[in-house]
Amino acid sequence: MKAQTIYKPTEGLTERQLTYCPGCTHGIIHKLIGEVLVEQGLLDTAVGIASVGCSVMSYEFFNCDTQQAAHGRAPAVATGIKRVNPEATVFTYQGDGDLASIGLAEIVHSAHRGENITVIFVNNAIYGMTGGQMAPTTLIGQKTTTSPRGREQAEAGLPLRMSEMLATVPGATYLERVSVHDPKHIRKAKKALQKAFDVQTKKQGFSMIEFISTCPVNWGMTPQDSLNWAVDQMIPYYPLGLFKDATKEEN
Amino acid sequence: MAKVLMKGNEAMALAAIKGGCDAFFGYPITPQNEVPEYLSYHMKEYGRVFVQAESEVAAINMVYGAAGAGARVLTSSSSPGIALKQEGISYMAGSQLPAVIINVMRGGPGLGSIQPSQGDYNQVTRGGGNGDYHVLSFGPETLQETVDLVRQAFDIADYYRNPVMIAVDGLIGQMMEPVDLDNEIPKMDLPPKDWAANGKSGERGKRNTIVSLHLDTQGLEGHNLALKKKYDEMVEKEQRYEMIQTDDADIVIVAYGTVARVVRSVIETLREEGIKVGLLRPITLWPFPEKAFEKLPESAKMLLTVEMSLGQMHQDVRMVNEGKRKLAFYGRAGGIVPEADEIADEVRKLVGGSPA
Repeated sequence: MKAQTIYKPTEGLTERQLTYCPGCTHGIIHKLIGEVLVEQGLLDTAVGIASVGCSVMSYEFFNCDTQQAAHGRAPAVATGIKRVNPEATVFTYQGDGDLASIGLAEIVHSAHRGENITVIFVNNAIYGMTGGQMAPTTLIGQKTTTSPRGREQAEAGLPLRMSEMLATVPGATYLERVSVHDPKHIRKAKKALQKAFDVQTKKQGFSMIEFISTCPVNWGMTPQDSLNWAVDQMIPYYPLGLFKDATKEEN
Repeated sequence: MAKVLMKGNEAMALAAIKGGCDAFFGYPITPQNEVPEYLSYHMKEYGRVFVQAESEVAAINMVYGAAGAGARVLTSSSSPGIALKQEGISYMAGSQLPAVIINVMRGGPGLGSIQPSQGDYNQVTRGGGNGDYHVLSFGPETLQETVDLVRQAFDIADYYRNPVMIAVDGLIGQMMEPVDLDNEIPKMDLPPKDWAANGKSGERGKRNTIVSLHLDTQGLEGHNLALKKKYDEMVEKEQRYEMIQTDDADIVIVAYGTVARVVRSVIETLREEGIKVGLLRPITLWPFPEKAFEKLPESAKMLLTVEMSLGQMHQDVRMVNEGKRKLAFYGRAGGIVPEADEIADEVRKLVGGSPA
């Protein structure tokens, strides 16, 4: 029988080998973004903003124009690019340390201004790149290198829920939290991404998709245990679903 | 266009529009507020972009994004705001992006005051952020010189793919003077920005990346050396200065910005008394105009640095002088502009006379 291609990597990503640890979900999320950019015909006009953290090298992975941003500043960089090139498809790719801690002002205000950009927010409840420190999203009791006895509310407060917070910002258009722990949820996550880029294409404003992600290395778990932990521990605190869809309100 | 009477900050804003500025991103801070205020109204008339950012930090990162996408971009701020922008300025230098930054300097450190100062000399000339880099910086004296430089700054920034700063003390931002905004200024031949990450990879046939990260040590050193070569070219080509009555001077005052204006009247007064004094006025603060010092006559046995800070530029004078001439320093801080009388008295003391 003649060999047939039944699956190949998306052209939305470069051929560069990913730098992520085995078992982490960044790879799946990258693939989904690449596929959606190709399927919606946006790759040739896209500008991706890499942030600081595990995904710092993502400017090498997305097969489109890219710009690397200072820690937390990706939404401001995206604002600059989009304002001078309104026809470009501009997205940021940010982790939870970047977006929910140092970059809190930039994410809130780009949503507040209703910037017509798409934010990919990858929440794994820890600082991965720097070696597993506590993030604003770290769960109560979760052990990290800077919460060695487990996060305590009295000292560090309760974990920050970004999608819920941004849903209170009048300027935001589309906010959804998804997970990629199994094929069913991966398909659902892709639909959310499609919608988010669709919002931008239709010039409807600010969209953000929050991905529940894993960090087997810094969580000290196998990849499968990590996925289970995300389902059992993270999703109850960070429920999946749609937090805002102002495109419906417009209709 | 004939000369028009304009306030410094508004004139700089209009000069930026005339210089081809595509986009402005800024944040309110005194004493530069008339720059964003003016642009918030007038940029729209030219179909250009104005955004009031949530902070100086966000503003400079918007500048970084828009510059990376190939636009001619401006931000303006004042001393503590410039301190906040230094991270983004370092990124732009590292990523080789052009931008123009107006710094209307006020007193410091910390919140300091809102009065005129030159206390930013170090953060203007030493890079200011992390890493080996320089920002080409101007310290103009009159409003006409300021607007001429603002208009040229966009070309210079594009040519070097490096941030350019116009550093004026608050007095220049706040005062009114007649200015011509349509006079002839030098234009540079500039290559197309084929490096810009503007979302046209399809049209271009290849993708572009704007980045300052070089994880490989050899790679980063190579990048650092390439930047150094560019800064060496600036040192060679861009030193600007003015020398006033230095040919026969026994003592030469080194001063820039508003202080240089005061020194001009000091020279008149002292020359009438028979004291041969001249002025060496740096126009570029970085590169520091070393070439001007080589042109000083043998008769000039002493240099007196006068600045509205406590000896920041004096450090550069000391370095350039290399022990050749006697050095003296006179500075005022706190937002105080030195008066002609006090500078004249300082000179009289130095030449052995008594105060008038």
